[in-house]
Amino acid sequence: MTLQFLMQNLVNALQWGSFYALIALGYSMVYSILMLFNFAHGDIFMVGAYIGLGVATGLLALFGTGASAILPGWVLLVFTILISMFLTAFVGIIVERVGYRPLRDAPRASAAITGLMIGIILETGNILFLGGQRLKFPQLIESVTYNIGGVYVTNKKIMIVLVSLSLMLALHQLITRSKWGMAMRAMAYDYVVVPLVGVPLNRIAAMTFAIGSALAAAAGILFGLAYPVLDPYMGVSFGWKAFVAAILGGRGSIMGACIAGFMLGFIEIMTVPAIQIVNRLFSLNIGSNLRDLIAYSIVLIILIFRPHGLFGQAYSAKLRL
Amino acid sequence: MDETLAPKKAGGVFSRADQLFKPVPLLGYLFGFFACVIWEQFIGDGLASVLGLPKMPVLFGLVTIFKVLAGIVSLLIKGNAFDWTTLVHIPAAVAYFFVVYLAPLTLVARATANLANGIARALQKFPLIVSALIQLGLMYSILHIWAEMSDYRLITLKLTLVAVLFTLSLNIINGYMGEFSCSHPGFMAIGAYMSSLFTVGLFANDKVLGEAVFTFSGAYLTFPLALLFGGLMASLGALIIAIPSFKTRGDYLAIISLAFLFIVKSFFENMQALGGSRGIAGQPDWSTLPVIFITVAFGVWMINNFVTSTMGKALNAVRDDETAAEAMTVNTRKTKMTAFMFGAFWAGVAGGLLAHVLRYVNPAMFSIQKLAEVLAMVYFGGLNSVYGSIVGAVSISLLGEALRPLEILKWIVIPLLLILVMIYRPTGLIAFKEFDTRQVFGPKEMD
Repeated sequence: MTLQFLMQNLVNALQWGSFYALIALGYSMVYSILMLFNFAHGDIFMVGAYIGLGVATGLLALFGTGASAILPGWVLLVFTILISMFLTAFVGIIVERVGYRPLRDAPRASAAITGLMIGIILETGNILFLGGQRLKFPQLIESVTYNIGGVYVTNKKIMIVLVSLSLMLALHQLITRSKWGMAMRAMAYDYVVVPLVGVPLNRIAAMTFAIGSALAAAAGILFGLAYPVLDPYMGVSFGWKAFVAAILGGRGSIMGACIAGFMLGFIEIMTVPAIQIVNRLFSLNIGSNLRDLIAYSIVLIILIFRPHGLFGQAYSAKLRL
Repeated sequence: MDETLAPKKAGGVFSRADQLFKPVPLLGYLFGFFACVIWEQFIGDGLASVLGLPKMPVLFGLVTIFKVLAGIVSLLIKGNAFDWTTLVHIPAAVAYFFVVYLAPLTLVARATANLANGIARALQKFPLIVSALIQLGLMYSILHIWAEMSDYRLITLKLTLVAVLFTLSLNIINGYMGEFSCSHPGFMAIGAYMSSLFTVGLFANDKVLGEAVFTFSGAYLTFPLALLFGGLMASLGALIIAIPSFKTRGDYLAIISLAFLFIVKSFFENMQALGGSRGIAGQPDWSTLPVIFITVAFGVWMINNFVTSTMGKALNAVRDDETAAEAMTVNTRKTKMTAFMFGAFWAGVAGGLLAHVLRYVNPAMFSIQKLAEVLAMVYFGGLNSVYGSIVGAVSISLLGEALRPLEILKWIVIPLLLILVMIYRPTGLIAFKEFDTRQVFGPKEMD
């Protein structure tokens, strides 16, 4: 068990955590403004990945591949990410319009049900239109592996981590510096009173869904680059885990969602070497597929001791249940 | 009397029908259904062939209708060939439904209304349990005769009854106590696995769990013990959710319960002693219709008693305002713990029944899909209502079966329907309605 091995896992965990963090942001943003969880978010991630696949295939067909390429791969990648983010934002807006706006004054659980049902519709729609078989995500950039002191790092991993960090930073800037961000923060503070002073609740809510969905689309494309097989149910497990991360970070806390997303990635990836170490030390034979069990037990324990998440504050206001 | 103060004249066919059937008690409807199923025994096959249906419709003609619609849809989407002569099946199925079910039901129920009221009134002189047992017995015989006609009906009926118990047990926590618990498939898994461990481990030869320990005839009499064991283990598991719920509410509890579901699923996937991800198969066929009917009826009765008891009212108090409830001497911790353990117990029992209906159990059965399904049943039927859970479970199960010919499109139709219900009736179809056993089994008094 060498240091390299741990470092290698650390790099993998960073990549894995950035997917969780990007998706968890969407949950957290919607929560902070509407006090609702968008349970369709995991499936929006899936839709984003498929839209990315469509856009990437289209761009490759237009601008060519390999030696005959007109534009280099990374330019296409940037365009793919931007166009897909833009398109998926509309999916988010539609979801908000259909499933959440009519239910804004209904019990929160009802909105959770509509979210779940929209998720099922998105999955089924995908199977219906694309036939349900797994699709391969086109490789826009060549994979290059660097060896840094025994740790193998691919250019994709670096790019994934950098792109997600910069997206998070951009979101942070948007929320803290812009007028729209200020409106969002005000709405998160009190979404009953703030609309009374002229902040458009509907537009802000739609925008929140749009931004969250755009981030999910970015996560979907990055996921497609790292693990180039897409299937219609990829959003289910991923979405629920990101949801756990969003809660773990403290509901409505953007920063908490990022950190908890990375943390969940670390916990998930690191349990495998941890189990190996334990096995070797005590000559046991624990299976490494206990990953989920251990990861969720840790989440459970954290929540028992910090019931409001890592960065969340206890709400004094009564919850609409 | 002034014109405006006079009661409004009943207009429209619906309110007139409502007036007409107001004096019919449950017993009257049971007579009606009894007539239907007997009638179907005699004329079902003959009528089906006269109407040109390939065979007797299994689920009130719904499957037949949707099969034709599915053919049209596949013609429109994929361009598959569609046999236009099958279009006749739609009016035929409707006619079958009218002749076999609707007409006898309404006629007999209305005609025997006075008789049924008289019997129900006579039964009121005895303890309620007598009346209840007689009517439940009649209900069972109706279901038995109906289900006897085909294996498909039998399995659908069994699964529907299990779903009723499962939905109701979730309604205790999500409806009456107002927490959003996601752990119920986990409790069901524990119940299913533990009761299977009991029955397969002790009384069946199995590759995973070894040879039978006991072999005697009449081993099926221990099935209640197996269910009890499964339920008790599930309620022990519920402690893991109940204890954090002292400090946590709302979303965080939802997450804790969700994490619990993942943990349980992962645990059973990794327990090679319990078959790992392949699970346990070969459960003895002890979940017969009478066993399920009795268990579910008993469960509904127990749950109804629980939610109408002082403890049940305490649950509502905790849901509406925990601090105020505490101030009004409600022991909130005890209340929460009881509710979680009680709900989990019945979920475990439902799991035990399910495992023995399907005669296999594996971790993949208790996934997020199962959660979405049971949540749909609870919220479709209505929160805080025993009626609602029964209606929700039965209608979603039947809808699922009826829409089966639509294949994948089913998963667009059902979610859309649920979204519409949520938008127009956010708390479900029949929410916050008391289930008064005395009223249900008693006569309908006329003014």
